[in-house]
Amino acid sequence: MFVLAVTGAIFAIVFSLLVYAVAKFRRRNDDGREPPQVYGSNQVEVAWTVIPILIVVALFMATARVIADIQKASPSADAVEVVAIGHQFWWEYRYPELTVVTANELHVPVSDPRHPTPTFIKLLSADTDHSFWVPRLAGKTDLIPNHPNRMWIDPHEPGLYLGQCAQYCGAQHAKMLLRVYVQSREEFDRWVQSQTQPAHMNIDASEGQRIFETTACINCHSVAGTVANGRFGPDLTHLMSRETIAAGAAANTHDNLRLWIRKPDAIKPGSLMPAMELSDRELDAVTAYLETLR
Amino acid sequence: MSADSITWPRAETAVHPFVDKLHEWVTTVDHKRLGILYIIYALVFLMIGGIEATVIRIQLIRPHNDFVSPQVFNRMFTMHGTTMIFFVVMPVLFGFANYLIPLMIGARDMAFPRLNAFSFWMTAFGGLLLYFSLIGANGLYGAGNAPDVGWFAYAPLTSQTFSLGHSTDFWTLGILVSGFGSIGTAINIVATVICMRCPGMTLAKMPLFAWLNFVMAGMVILAMSPLTAAQIMLLVDRYLGGHFFDTQAGGSAVIWMHFFWIFGHPEVYILVLPAFAFASEIIPVFSRKPIFGYSVMVAATVAIGFISMSVWAHHMFTVGMSSKANTFFVLSTMAIAVPTGIKIFNWLATMWGGKIEFKTPMLFCVGFLFQFLVAGLTGIMLGCAPFDWQLGNSYFVVAHFHYVIVGGILFTTFAAFYYWFPKMSGKMYSETLGKLHFWLFVIGFHLTFDFMHIPGLLGMPRRIYTYEPGRGWDIWNLIVTIGVVFQALGVVVFVANLVWSYLKGETACSDPWDAWTLEWSTPSPPLACNFAVIPKLKSRRPLWDLKHPDDPDWKYE
Repeated sequence: MFVLAVTGAIFAIVFSLLVYAVAKFRRRNDDGREPPQVYGSNQVEVAWTVIPILIVVALFMATARVIADIQKASPSADAVEVVAIGHQFWWEYRYPELTVVTANELHVPVSDPRHPTPTFIKLLSADTDHSFWVPRLAGKTDLIPNHPNRMWIDPHEPGLYLGQCAQYCGAQHAKMLLRVYVQSREEFDRWVQSQTQPAHMNIDASEGQRIFETTACINCHSVAGTVANGRFGPDLTHLMSRETIAAGAAANTHDNLRLWIRKPDAIKPGSLMPAMELSDRELDAVTAYLETLR
Repeated sequence: MSADSITWPRAETAVHPFVDKLHEWVTTVDHKRLGILYIIYALVFLMIGGIEATVIRIQLIRPHNDFVSPQVFNRMFTMHGTTMIFFVVMPVLFGFANYLIPLMIGARDMAFPRLNAFSFWMTAFGGLLLYFSLIGANGLYGAGNAPDVGWFAYAPLTSQTFSLGHSTDFWTLGILVSGFGSIGTAINIVATVICMRCPGMTLAKMPLFAWLNFVMAGMVILAMSPLTAAQIMLLVDRYLGGHFFDTQAGGSAVIWMHFFWIFGHPEVYILVLPAFAFASEIIPVFSRKPIFGYSVMVAATVAIGFISMSVWAHHMFTVGMSSKANTFFVLSTMAIAVPTGIKIFNWLATMWGGKIEFKTPMLFCVGFLFQFLVAGLTGIMLGCAPFDWQLGNSYFVVAHFHYVIVGGILFTTFAAFYYWFPKMSGKMYSETLGKLHFWLFVIGFHLTFDFMHIPGLLGMPRRIYTYEPGRGWDIWNLIVTIGVVFQALGVVVFVANLVWSYLKGETACSDPWDAWTLEWSTPSPPLACNFAVIPKLKSRRPLWDLKHPDDPDWKYE
């Protein structure tokens, strides 16, 4: 706000002077003589050098303090630790201490200002540069391969916070969306509980599970407790606990899920999930299987 | 029969067949002709870059639009940025510098005329190489088209893993090749300014135009090298098994950013100093007063030249540098605001107490002053790292730098076109069409770039081919796109004015603006040799001295 006030004031002053000059010093119909030829003024030059230097010093000091506050914070014992790994074009989240592995929708506990429980996020990348930007939670920090970064958020209000990848990472950079669910402590703990369970087994979906496990799906995807342990694509163990698929590109409905499996390019052209050329029957079976992964 | 023989204006010359004429132009080493070649080249690419921008804006006019595919969109913004910076703004500024510096310092040509020609053709070839990617990049791997890696081409997106085919290579080579042209021109400008000033013109009496281009040239020589090195390293990574930027083999993506921005930040000052040069010549003439604070303007320019070499990592605030590093770059970025602000105050003081004539060149310069003020202030905001953590890589930044480049540099370039068109072509342009261009363009510019700040503030990142509805961005994107129509119309009027005036305009005298620097003492257009007799002078405004023998500058300087 301080920066805004200072730049706003500078703008107002100089803008008014400009407007005044343009209005007052127009050539009017007069004797056609040239105006007084003024070459300069040392005093004026000194004034408008020194004052800006002072302003710069003030702005700099204010800024330096904020930088230190943000960058020097370190996790307390109550902080939640998350590792976020950027992929083309989805987000992988791992909670090392809580042994949770999920994708695309980040859940964190709300933080009480009197007993803060911030979330510290370590930022890694599996491929190109990405950037984690949820404006209402924090400034952005990039995910750069071979260059781990970290950031923290300290949300005081529960709710759903939206953002998206903010560093161009390829064809579907635009649909690498972020959804951060800030929840009460109880809801968060319940979510963690359900996420640490292995996949639900359902005998009625065994045909779909068989197709899933014998085609290339398991090369990329994991489902805890089954043979599927691919790391290239999102973990699907609790797919149905998410509100969206394809990193927020579509709502997690039956039709969207089926369409996504049939033809990812229909939702996210250029995403790295290939169309598996399944028949209608196979598609129905696989979709039904995935819908059991709550 | 050579183009370099001295001819009097409007003398009878034999009718040249088209091929002879073409040959003259292709083999010319005359700084005036090369200047015009640069300028026309830049105008053509301005149209092309403008079309690319229009495609971008049509795609973004509403959420989930499908005017173009994501792949085409990504090529559009890459080509738009690369074209505008390397093949529009740099050539047009080099063109004006080439044309005007010898005339302003009383010389017959640049120091190295053949290097001058070589530099132009290298620049031109670089642009053609970049655009050849549209047809040529479907190489052995069958993938790729125009480059789609963004104009700053961050690693590792540019590695073979993520950029198949040859599109990235055309980007790399096009810029590499044109970089040699830039360095050649820069060497020429430095040598010309140092060695070829006419008698009496000490450096302290040289027009500010020459000073600003001189400092710009020094910066080009320093700044192009890191870019050239980075391009070569990228080619080594892509083809010779190198791993400079290959993060999967221990290379560093961040080091590409450092190399690129050590070039990239001085680059934008390289673009802006010649724009300041135009303003510093035009504002005094139309205010009817000398530039206020000449020595301070020179000192500020040199300061900007130096400080701009130390601010580059403000493009990298979000990359995860240490707080010490971030703090240093905040300081240097804010420091550069001081000399830049001083310049704005000096231009304002030049107008103060004057008798301002609002002809088209001055209209564009006044627009420049307002807009550059805003651009500088949004720059200060972004220079404050925590602000940049929110607003960096968003449409706020896109709005900021377009405010500088379009609102600042392009406006003064338009001013320069109108101001020196009579000198270069021997004809007067239509003042009515000029003013129409100005008003159309200013309305379009503000519709587009004022409102573009808002989606940035609301969280819209850049380089996205579409966006979700319900984020509050829709209406602003619509307004931003509508502004494009006015700007396009303005540019059409501009080009029409140039062409029509060249063919049918009134003949211009040698000094239509009652100006004071040496180029206005030559005929319009000048003789091939510029000056029949090399001038001698005693002050910064030799023509003022001639016109006001009772009140010459050299009594007061």
